[in-house]
Amino acid sequence: MSKKLLVLMSLLLVVAIVITGCSTPKPEETPSETPTKGKKILRTNNSSEPGSLDPALAQGTHESWVLENTFEGLMKYDADGKVIPGMAESYKLSEDNLTYTFKIRQDAIWSDGNPVTAHDFEFSWKRALDPNLGAFYAFQLYYIKGAEEYNSTLKPGTYPDPEDDTKTITNPIEPSELEGLDTNGKSEEEINEMVYQKRLAAALENLKIKALDDYTLEVTLVTPTGYFPDLTAFYTYFPVSKTVVEANPEWAKEPETHVSNGPFKLVSWEHNATIDLEKSETYYDTASIKLDGIHFDIIEDENTAWQKYEGGEYDILATLPQAVAAQMAQEKNPELTIGAQVGTYYYNLNNEIKPFTNVKVRKGLAMTLDRQTIVEKIAQGGQIAATGVVPLGLVDETGKEYRETVGSLLDYNVEEGKKLFEEGLQEEGMTIEDFNNSNFVILYNTLEAHKKIAQAAQEMWRSALGINLGLENVEFQVKLDREKAGDFTISRAGWNGDYSDPMTMLDLWWSGSSFNDANYNNPEYDRLILETKATADQTVRFNNMRAAEKILMEDMPVVPIYFYTQPYAVKPNVTGIHKLPLFYPTLAYADIQ
Amino acid sequence: MKKYLLKRLGMSLVTLWAVVTITFILMHSVPGNPFAQEGKMPKAVYDNLQAKYGLDKPYTEQYAIYLKNLLKGDFGDSMKSRVETVNDMIERGFPVSARLGLQALVIALCFGPALGALAALYQNKIPDYISMIIAIIGISVPSFIMGTILIQFLARNVGWLPIAGWGTWQHTLLPSFAMALMPMATMARLMRSSMLEVLGQDYIKTAKSKGITKPAVILKHAVRNAILPVISILGTTISNLIVGSFVIEKIFGIPGLGRFFVQSIYNRDYTLIMGTTIFYAAILIIMLLLVDIAYMLIDPRIKLTKEGR
Amino acid sequence: MKADSQFSKEMFQKATQEDRNAEKIRRPSIKYWPDVWRRLKQNKLAMTGLIIIVLMGIMSVIGIYINGFDYRQQDYSLINIHPNSIHWFGTDDLGRDLFTRTWFGARYSLLIGILAAAIDFLIGVLYGGIAGMATRKVDAIMMRIAEVIYSIPYMLIVILLSVVFSTQGSGTSLFVLILAMSLTGWVPMAILVRGQVLQLKESEYSLASESLGATKGWILLKHIIPNTLGPILVNVTLTIPRAIFAEATLSFLGLGIQPPKASLGSLANEGLAGLPVGNAYQVLIPALFISLIMFAFNVLGDGLRDALDPRLRK
Repeated sequence: MSKKLLVLMSLLLVVAIVITGCSTPKPEETPSETPTKGKKILRTNNSSEPGSLDPALAQGTHESWVLENTFEGLMKYDADGKVIPGMAESYKLSEDNLTYTFKIRQDAIWSDGNPVTAHDFEFSWKRALDPNLGAFYAFQLYYIKGAEEYNSTLKPGTYPDPEDDTKTITNPIEPSELEGLDTNGKSEEEINEMVYQKRLAAALENLKIKALDDYTLEVTLVTPTGYFPDLTAFYTYFPVSKTVVEANPEWAKEPETHVSNGPFKLVSWEHNATIDLEKSETYYDTASIKLDGIHFDIIEDENTAWQKYEGGEYDILATLPQAVAAQMAQEKNPELTIGAQVGTYYYNLNNEIKPFTNVKVRKGLAMTLDRQTIVEKIAQGGQIAATGVVPLGLVDETGKEYRETVGSLLDYNVEEGKKLFEEGLQEEGMTIEDFNNSNFVILYNTLEAHKKIAQAAQEMWRSALGINLGLENVEFQVKLDREKAGDFTISRAGWNGDYSDPMTMLDLWWSGSSFNDANYNNPEYDRLILETKATADQTVRFNNMRAAEKILMEDMPVVPIYFYTQPYAVKPNVTGIHKLPLFYPTLAYADIQ
Repeated sequence: MKKYLLKRLGMSLVTLWAVVTITFILMHSVPGNPFAQEGKMPKAVYDNLQAKYGLDKPYTEQYAIYLKNLLKGDFGDSMKSRVETVNDMIERGFPVSARLGLQALVIALCFGPALGALAALYQNKIPDYISMIIAIIGISVPSFIMGTILIQFLARNVGWLPIAGWGTWQHTLLPSFAMALMPMATMARLMRSSMLEVLGQDYIKTAKSKGITKPAVILKHAVRNAILPVISILGTTISNLIVGSFVIEKIFGIPGLGRFFVQSIYNRDYTLIMGTTIFYAAILIIMLLLVDIAYMLIDPRIKLTKEGR
Repeated sequence: MKADSQFSKEMFQKATQEDRNAEKIRRPSIKYWPDVWRRLKQNKLAMTGLIIIVLMGIMSVIGIYINGFDYRQQDYSLINIHPNSIHWFGTDDLGRDLFTRTWFGARYSLLIGILAAAIDFLIGVLYGGIAGMATRKVDAIMMRIAEVIYSIPYMLIVILLSVVFSTQGSGTSLFVLILAMSLTGWVPMAILVRGQVLQLKESEYSLASESLGATKGWILLKHIIPNTLGPILVNVTLTIPRAIFAEATLSFLGLGIQPPKASLGSLANEGLAGLPVGNAYQVLIPALFISLIMFAFNVLGDGLRDALDPRLRK
């Protein structure tokens, strides 16, 4: 063979190698199978890369599943799912139900050996609310007096209007704000910055989080909120070490500098590949932690993760492919648990587009959807056919399941539904034909599960009502955009509760809610919701919420379909894993036989 | 030659600038936003995030700032990850993807052209058909199916190789193989057809008539003249292989760069979209330049430089 | 172009019209296509391919009416039924008949594959051919433009196009899909053709034709392209599966054909879920049909190449 050709071929290869940055891939230092000999390492898959392991910056389960094992809030959930004191020893509530005083336990120690103090909590919560941190879940702290104001502090200046790029918005400086500032010879930008700092300082002054001493934290709320102690077990409320964060703002990026206060500590993080946790020796309750560590893979593909579970590489898998969950449920496989979840899957109806403006049309659609078939034959993951918007797993003022005391607010009745639907159409001066000619569609974002349900709903409505609805499968961001713009007729939506109270769901549809994509507006409903938010009287609250849900289901701005569940698989030799409705399966109390 | 290279380099900068500009315009014309999310995010939180990443500034200003940072080699902060910058992501992900890509390339280069040449030499005989069958399997099973099937059978059922993940060289085998199939098949098909063209040429017949033994004829003349189409597709093929494949990296759980090409767009992670696009464009430009140089080395009649004439 | 050469312009005479005609009528073109067809008919493998394609084409039109099921008709009591005498290809996870859906999908896949390949072929050959024949400067500019186009993330283009061209309810239409694929898909073809042109324009017959006064366009169309049809045809046949998979990947990302419509790619993608639970037929059947289409186009492409080969014409 001609020499030149050989030279050339190798040249191409060599150049390709050189371009790869002269950097040969990292040596195989971390084999994915951590040596488990003699040690109890729980292995599982965290289905996507955490955006951060700083609790203030976390925004979803891919972060919280790791954080919940590495950090601990003032309160925590015990092995039975009860809220018990965690970092706090105890707390007191003032007469007006607004001020909480938490006593921090003296034996709480950071993984770097320093004690956890009330100052850490004050620092952490204020930091999470700092507008310059840009924390996604900052609004979880808005229950605290002054929190929303501080987080909403604006810098003076002129900005392009986010709604319309051709316009600008101006945030002016009040003359009074310039008092006491030396603006001589300063540029506009510098003055803006000075005023901004002044505004921040003033807002911080009014933020009612205060460490009275090293072990006493006082927090004042905006309105009485009975579930506030539960909220402190949520990850945005987790503390970070003041000394560590102040010394190194990049502390959360590397395992070497990552400091936490929970049962486990971070020992390695290979981005997009693996995360390893090790039992923390400084944790105050090491006695109840039986595992030596937790190993997370980061594999996005559900099928691949399932293959690894099947192949014995995982002890627990929390995201099962739908077909697999369905098959396991059918076979009554003992490894499968259908975990409870607080969440509802529903369809938004655009209440501003004719004929969806008509309540009979909306109810007709809701009544002709066979939810039982959807959960049994299509979703197949043990989901529960919706009987309202508030899902199972929430208790009322008497400690009973809220859903059961309210009962079913949704019927499946094709005949009645068809009658209502046709009456409604008539009232709007439309015929079925007009409806079909309007090219209405069910809008959903791409996911196999959404696609199946949309196809089933399309078919159910076609056979029950004789209507033709199209399906429109769009990219997630496009769907959000169109929902916000009201550019849809029916759209898929779902919501998972943030806290253990029916308000976590009902809050979605008052007219001022930013997630009220259906554009529902009923003054009576608004009144009930706002009233509920302003009172601590549990009887009044729950009566209001029950009344509100009934109104909502009379108006039917959205069509609830099912209540979410989370099926997960656990190997038979693993014990102590359970699932709380608001969380991913709890791993901290697990044991491997 | 030096002058030619300098000229190409200058043109590359213009090309890169065009890519940056067009992508910048495109990505801001597409609906969506890195911080849009299903749910009840208050406006204040949204505004804070916009301000943090400079998205509250007019587009022209954002563009100017981006270009300025780019000149310093700074691709900016990812809008989804608080842990890694775009530079970090590329620096970490690229060696992983490049290693897989190179292995795939080696597999494809070792077998593709050889299979094709063999098929041409034995046109319409058994080796031709075998080569065709291999090629058709390689082309007609998409990598997401091939990957899943490989995992199911070779890793899960037989247990020869690890199922997925990254770490040891065994982890790289299945994904490299799955990635290699398509380019290998393409090369084999192209090689076969251009070999047939060349074998029909007069100079091969002349060489034969001069009594040169068959293998020598083939190696000396045919392969060299027939390899050109394979070289032509190498530019895009190598670029695509070494930046990684979204599908393969997802299925095999590989912490590479390929996933970011799709994820960044899905998340509207503007800085990451720009970073990956520019990086890819740079590689493509280099590879196509190499292809042009390769043309001239392989066939001295091809002239792209002034000196040539 | 010839300025540097030691021959001066005066030494050459422009070819007369007569000379050009001599070149043209060398072989009457009327006989060309019947001749190609005759030789193609003799190639059994190629004819098999052609028959498969024709049959697939026919079946994609009538196949959905054969066993009496509708492609979107769901039956929740018959979910994931393996192939049997009623549902020849079994049913999917919504109880729809896969035989009907497969042919419905074949319709879209064939359409997408063939149209995308045809557009890539036209643009790619033209662009690559012009770049290859043009002066170095024009060539360089054209190739840099191709580089830019090929570098731009094409998912962005697809999303944008589908938003721009979306009328209420259409989602990503077939038109948008094919447009988006063709927008960047022709670049590798153009690079390939340009490479071939660069090589062949220096060949003896091109030079001969040039000295006889033929225009560049004439040389490109009548000499160079026919002589490089092999690689071009191979690349066209390879574009077909690429387009089919590109569509499948786009469906996977929510930018493909809208359900309940289907393509072979989206059927395979959906069927993948059945693999770990013992329903492998859901992915294997569409994959098999994609392979069949590929086989058919490949052998037909090979046969066509042989039939079109100027040297084999006797």
